[in-house]
Amino acid sequence: MRDAVQMKVNGIAIRVPRGSTVAAAVLLAGRSAFRRSVSGELRGPLCGMGICFECRVAVDGQLHVRSCQMLCREGMEVTLSE
Amino acid sequence: MSERREFDVLVVGGGPAGIAAACCAADAALHVAIADDNPSLGGQIWRGESASPSTKEATFWYQRVKGLGVEHLAGTRVFAQSEAHTLIAETDSGVCDIAFQNLILATGARERFLPFPGWTLPNVMGAGGLQALAKSGWNVRGRKVVVAGTGPLLLAVAAHLKQYGADLRLIAEQASWQQLVPFTIGLWRQPSKLKDALSLRRQLLGVPYLTSCWPVAAEGKHKLESVTLRRGARTWSVPCDYLACGFHLVPNTELAALLSCAVENGRVRVDDLQQTTVPGIYCAGEPTGIGGLELSLLEGQIAGYAAAGRLDSARCLFADRDKMRRFPLALERAFALRPELKESPQPETLVCRCEDVSLSRLREHASWRAAKLLTRCGMGPCQGRVCGPALEFLLEWKPESVRPPIFPVRVESLVAAARTDSETLHNTALRS
Repeated sequence: MRDAVQMKVNGIAIRVPRGSTVAAAVLLAGRSAFRRSVSGELRGPLCGMGICFECRVAVDGQLHVRSCQMLCREGMEVTLSE
Repeated sequence: MSERREFDVLVVGGGPAGIAAACCAADAALHVAIADDNPSLGGQIWRGESASPSTKEATFWYQRVKGLGVEHLAGTRVFAQSEAHTLIAETDSGVCDIAFQNLILATGARERFLPFPGWTLPNVMGAGGLQALAKSGWNVRGRKVVVAGTGPLLLAVAAHLKQYGADLRLIAEQASWQQLVPFTIGLWRQPSKLKDALSLRRQLLGVPYLTSCWPVAAEGKHKLESVTLRRGARTWSVPCDYLACGFHLVPNTELAALLSCAVENGRVRVDDLQQTTVPGIYCAGEPTGIGGLELSLLEGQIAGYAAAGRLDSARCLFADRDKMRRFPLALERAFALRPELKESPQPETLVCRCEDVSLSRLREHASWRAAKLLTRCGMGPCQGRVCGPALEFLLEWKPESVRPPIFPVRVESLVAAARTDSETLHNTALRS
């Protein structure tokens, strides 16, 4: 990957194409489930455009970030709740 | 202390309608900004294309908006009105007050989702949803995908995913062939749309396209493994990695409603100049009714010229716009939802995904208001944007009034907004 960004998803280092969203990075890290719902169901992205909030994750310590609306940055650390 | 910006014309939404509106307003030498919650301009249809647009039209508008000095406020989420002629938005770094003389709402549309058993499983996504992810760096190459639901978006999404190397198993359109034939014939009147349709069909050669067919369940343990489809009396299962499923589009009218603009039948009411019922606030594109790209561009241009006071330039586009307005009506007729879709969700199927409220719990109540109070349906982060349109179809519940903040925001943002509010009150008190 010539133009790539190095970042971490749950502590695992990955490289993603520059311009990718955090949601794409989480999927590239092999995760389909991004979070658990209030009753404990596994959930992943639904709308892909910032409406549904199903893809929210923690980015560099900031909670509840819509991963589909944020671009990956060098050194970014994404945390999914287990 | 929050940041404050001032513009002659503020456009909210950076899709085609917003870009066209901003260009026409900026053309009159006005100071114009586009506030958009996405990372880059283009909305959903041109998502990820700002560096290398895929069509001549997109190239033209991107060049124009960049050349005219329109300011792009990216990642800016408008959530409330702080005072007259001022909106308040959250950014990644804080809160921003954006003041304007005239405002143009180009907030676009979202997909309608309808619940069925298993629709909350990971890898069941919107049709536009999976496309947006594919445009944002997710590699779908070799993934088995079923595209289902209704609307012209399904074919566009399927063609796009195929181009990215996805293994398309099936396209299931719930509308009947009889509904679609008059729509397709009607496209002869709009050569650009006919060309698009034929090109999509060509790109999708070899992919089964079934009409009168819809998903009734999604199965899988930790994520989607297969989808069950129904067509007439036949029900069968198709193994897949992704289900891209959306039931046409719903206008985003929340900001318009918050600003007291009249919203009728789910659409923002506008006059010939695209002005809403609130003077100085214009609206263009999908919020006035789902009409597609060409209509959005025309409405955007008219709104932009009108907001800049160039009424003659705006009027020159009326005839073209009015011709395009036949298309939304044809769309509504062709892709009307079949009543059988109401039978897909089971009593235990979740309808509100934010608060995990099942259909049986909702059925205990007579209205959305009652259900909201007792089940928290529609009170989670999406604020009813997903379950609202579903409940309108399933139970004929009408949407509730909109309250600020129209998006969940950080506590700091609310505090900053409240401070602005009290400052405004204080200043008003001093003046009076």
